Amino acid sequence: MRAAGIDIGSRTVKLAVIEDGTTVLARKALTSHDPLDAARTLISGVMYDVIVATGYGRHLVKGHLGCPVISEIKAFALGAKAIHPPCKVILDIGGQDTKAISLNDAGEMSKFEMNDKCAAGTGRFLEIMANALSYTLEEFSRAALSAERAEKINSMCTVFAESEVISLTAQGAMRHEVALGIHKAIVSRSTALLKRIAPSGEVFLAGGVAFNECVRALIAEELNRSVVVPTDPQIVGAYGAALHAATLEEGKGVK
Amino acid sequence: MSNYIRMWSALGLDLKAHDALLSILGSAYQDIFLSQKNRPEGMKYFDFVMSEVHGLRIKELMDAKAEGRIVVGSYCVFVPEELILAVDGVSVGLCAGAEFNFEGAEEVLPRNLCPLIKSAFGFKRGLVCPYVEASDIIVGENTCDGKKKAYEVLSPMVKDLYIIDLPQMKSDTGKTLLKEEYKKFIAKLEGVSGRKITVETLKKGIEIANAKRKAVKRLAELRKADPAPISGLDALLVNQVFFYDDPLRFTNSVNTLCDELEERVKKGEGVFPKGTTRILMSGCPMAVPNWKVPMIVESSGAVIVGEESCVGERGTQWFTEDKSETVAGLLDNITERYFKIDCAVFTPNPSRIEHVKEMYKKCNARGVIHYSLQFCHPYIVESGPVEAELEKSDIPVLRIETDYSQEDAEQLKTRVEAFFERIQPG
Repeated sequence: MRAAGIDIGSRTVKLAVIEDGTTVLARKALTSHDPLDAARTLISGVMYDVIVATGYGRHLVKGHLGCPVISEIKAFALGAKAIHPPCKVILDIGGQDTKAISLNDAGEMSKFEMNDKCAAGTGRFLEIMANALSYTLEEFSRAALSAERAEKINSMCTVFAESEVISLTAQGAMRHEVALGIHKAIVSRSTALLKRIAPSGEVFLAGGVAFNECVRALIAEELNRSVVVPTDPQIVGAYGAALHAATLEEGKGVK
Repeated sequence: MSNYIRMWSALGLDLKAHDALLSILGSAYQDIFLSQKNRPEGMKYFDFVMSEVHGLRIKELMDAKAEGRIVVGSYCVFVPEELILAVDGVSVGLCAGAEFNFEGAEEVLPRNLCPLIKSAFGFKRGLVCPYVEASDIIVGENTCDGKKKAYEVLSPMVKDLYIIDLPQMKSDTGKTLLKEEYKKFIAKLEGVSGRKITVETLKKGIEIANAKRKAVKRLAELRKADPAPISGLDALLVNQVFFYDDPLRFTNSVNTLCDELEERVKKGEGVFPKGTTRILMSGCPMAVPNWKVPMIVESSGAVIVGEESCVGERGTQWFTEDKSETVAGLLDNITERYFKIDCAVFTPNPSRIEHVKEMYKKCNARGVIHYSLQFCHPYIVESGPVEAELEKSDIPVLRIETDYSQEDAEQLKTRVEAFFERIQPG
């Protein structure tokens, strides 16, 4: 039996297909202006028996595929637990949302926090700031890692922070130090969210931003807790949705 | 509708803007309320009230004024309706629940202010609230800093703004302050209406206000049943109409609705299937037409079974004792009654947490959604300790902070769905 999970995020659509608990296919595409079309393209030609949708576009896809949906919070909880069984605390920094999720002893979701409606402290924030400094995302992270000191970024609003970055560079601030300041800002925002629900314990880091080495290092440093990053942090939600799909097919249903 | 144009013009409304408002309201009402399934017949009355909220009801206010009665508008449950009724006045809650003309409000207020205050100013400055325009007195009250300071800005814009000071602590001096303020309010009401409050008129006012409360308490009681006989949206609407409608007619209509709901409960009928996830809302008031979060909750597979809110039990759960044969004695009773309201402007405010726990148990709820309006510091600050205390008692809590815009609806939906996934069995 092949079970699929599709995670329609704000920036990226992810698809995972599992067979007997093993991932047999993982694909990604940019969400673009037409998330439904992106999702359709991604699943075209893929064989599966059952599919579950998650992510901010889940209801859109549900209407077209007639498939069940779960929230991305549950999807990340399921995916993280399966990838890393001792997992108790998940931090997912995605394109538009940051989520901190804690699991109870039975591995069920117990508490979660999400960022406010603006893009502060998310992947989109990093993208805009990288752009403001004329870096690619990879250069941006590397530049930040190379800085020995950081320029402090006070504003967490994406729009205000961008003006702050522009005025810092206009004052002659070092570009890589500004880059580190931005990384620190997003990390302190995300870890504050995390500390609210899980004051201690190892952190499972997921979402596209987990690819950013500087963010990973800063989170471990800021929390003084060990940080586990899966091979593909971006697929965790789609994988969780696929796991849920598999249990639906088996008629069990999991929490 | 067209019958009312002359009346609206006479009140000085901006007819074009007002038309736009009514049309938005009408379509929202259609989508949110009329599209619900298994609605009780008794809700038809409230549909009618809503369809005439700026029409027939305003005409009634104008007729009352023509008979020499005064209209008193207010924004808070600390303004005693009993006193207004005792001078044969008409008490109305003023519009503050929609994102309307925020640009106009932001010309005189900071952007980072609670949407309820901005809404009140948006309505006033946009000349679209017939209630404000029809009011002989507008009563402000010193609850939060936002409102308190905004009333200073509102004052020159309205005919007669009267401020009631409120205590911030539940102490003896606090109670004395409240009583003295109510005493001054009596003098104000008597001065403007030209009528004296007597033991008889005050008892009558208490009786009318208590009957209203009794009716909504009866409704609250019926919502304990599983399946819930009425949706949370419809019950919220009843609690919202509480502030606008003619009190006697309102009481009768709620009781008629409750008769029907009693039958439903007996037959085991409800609006959603038995076993639907039951949610208690707690926090800031939801003024008409603020239906955003309840709509998200009830379209995500749960039913709201209670509101610990000013538009809900915080405002209605206590009766005013009518045992006394002097105005001073009755005023003591009124003070006692209002002093119990556990608004987050009080510090500390422990009875609120107790009340949430009590309601949670009473309503057989599965989770609490704590609702804060953005920039409402008293409730947002209090939400942290409330959440911690409730979770300690194994009551799952989801905290939401939002305004009147629709732009965060999807994010809210994600949180709400994940919360239900957390609390639903298996």
